[in-house]
Amino acid sequence: MKKPCCQAAPGGFHPESAPDFLPRPQLRDLQLARLQLSVRNAFEHVALFRARMEERGLTADDVRTLEDLGKLPFTTKSDLRDTYPFGMFARPLAEIVRLHASSGTTGKPIVVAYTQSDLDTWASVMVRSFAAAGVTRSDIVQNAYGYGLFTGGLGAHYGAEALGATVLPISGGNTERQLMLMRDFGVTAICCTPSYMVHLLERAQEMKIDTSKLRVGVFGAEPWTEAMRQRIQAMSSMKAYDIYGLSEIIGPGVAVECSCQHGLHIFEDHFYPEIIDPETGRVLPDGEEGELVITTLSKEAMPMIRYRTRDITALETAACGCGRTIRRIRRISRRSDDMLILRGVNVFPSQVETALLAVEGTVPHYQIVLTRAHGLDEMEVRVEVTPEVFSDNVRALESLHRRLEKSIEQTLCIRATVRLVEPHSIQRSEGKAKRVLDLRQSSS
Amino acid sequence: MKIPQLSLFVENRPGSLRPPCKVLADAGIDLLSLTVADTEEFGILRMIVVDPDGARQVLTAAGFVVKVTEVLAIEVPQRPGGLLVILDALEAAGQAIEYMYAFAGVTYRRRVDGRAVLVFRFADPDAAVRALAKAGISAIAPAELQS
Repeated sequence: MKKPCCQAAPGGFHPESAPDFLPRPQLRDLQLARLQLSVRNAFEHVALFRARMEERGLTADDVRTLEDLGKLPFTTKSDLRDTYPFGMFARPLAEIVRLHASSGTTGKPIVVAYTQSDLDTWASVMVRSFAAAGVTRSDIVQNAYGYGLFTGGLGAHYGAEALGATVLPISGGNTERQLMLMRDFGVTAICCTPSYMVHLLERAQEMKIDTSKLRVGVFGAEPWTEAMRQRIQAMSSMKAYDIYGLSEIIGPGVAVECSCQHGLHIFEDHFYPEIIDPETGRVLPDGEEGELVITTLSKEAMPMIRYRTRDITALETAACGCGRTIRRIRRISRRSDDMLILRGVNVFPSQVETALLAVEGTVPHYQIVLTRAHGLDEMEVRVEVTPEVFSDNVRALESLHRRLEKSIEQTLCIRATVRLVEPHSIQRSEGKAKRVLDLRQSSS
Repeated sequence: MKIPQLSLFVENRPGSLRPPCKVLADAGIDLLSLTVADTEEFGILRMIVVDPDGARQVLTAAGFVVKVTEVLAIEVPQRPGGLLVILDALEAAGQAIEYMYAFAGVTYRRRVDGRAVLVFRFADPDAAVRALAKAGISAIAPAELQS
């Protein structure tokens, strides 16, 4: 088991965080040594990877520098589906101590595996994540990520425990109970999806429950915007931090924001990032926006070589105010898996959010509904009317309606129908927000 | 005298009036008058109730967006041209009516038979009160409203 935690120092530093501050040359040496081991592990134990390497006339010995990584084949989500359930494992089941899986709503689920050493690594990067967000062993952490096959719950749980914080393993759902325990136990830190946090804070206001002891929130598992951070921070006394991860790589704890709240530090000693042009696969220089590709450097059970995340971001190299030397990725603004193609135009829900923000000043609850009428895609944006924008005057509401439609058209270059709906009429999810309702298959 | 009126946002679809009316019914609050201003997609439900503060509280707690605006309830003689006296006084004072509807609640303390009551919304209710007072027309006071 993981060694018990040490006393966390102030300023977001924890002894476990030392690799965050390694001098760059030392970090690169460590990355290369680990990369060579990881590629060898995959080459020797994962048939799919070995076959792809051999097709290119490559062996594990051909990785002599970090730049050689660019010669290796990509791994995609469909590779994990095609080899379901255990085809990507590099260790026999006897050495595997944990399995997680995706829900499989879009086909076969994705299965990921961990050795004990992998779980220790995971807990360690989660300790470093919480520490960067300023969580200490004195905090009471309400873990409202779902427990179970979803990596969010257990990942955050073991990390917060290894940090030495007091963990409240409440899992997702049951909002009233969440708020009651939050108040009664004096919870100071929380982790869940950002949309669920907004829901919790709204209910707290309605129920007149004091949330002023909350000081840190660590939010992830769905893309969110700076506007949403500002909203959470305005509704509460906490600072809201973005955390990034994906099951295929390890789960939450791949990258996290520090107190500067300006990009997410990626734990480069375990996860090697590249940015590629999603069309051509060409590696792009630091600072350019493209698809994030991650190679695991220490995973035993399921090494991922050049895994295409489908997340669009850029690598930031400028020094960070917190002193960490590991690079940052920009907030994930778009995920290609929630990208919508509407009459040939790429639409991201975050663009709709930006358009609504421009008119309302805050981001209301909204939902995008796609239908197909007479072979043509139609987009409707349902926007809940808030007390701030409601007027007794019909003309004022119609003007709001027009301004929302115009703002969406200007931002997306596509016409959408806005429908003002009653507050609380859009279903709140206890996990990820269901921003998009795609009815095109059923209505075509 | 101004009367508080509650305005609610409702969607324009079957059944959308029921939930707020149910909330008021459960709280034992009587409706004195109401009207719906509707557009293709949404409506604004405007109501005068016996207990506006209580109504606002229970509706807000139930998750509705509620706005309180001030309106005037004015007696109109029920005969041809009865409304003209009022309209003339308003026009003379340059007061535009934003909207108006009939007061449905039939009883209030100084009710005189043969008179109707209309509810008016003005951008500046105080100026409208003064204009009407000059013409000898008084609005009904909140205290006079009964269920």
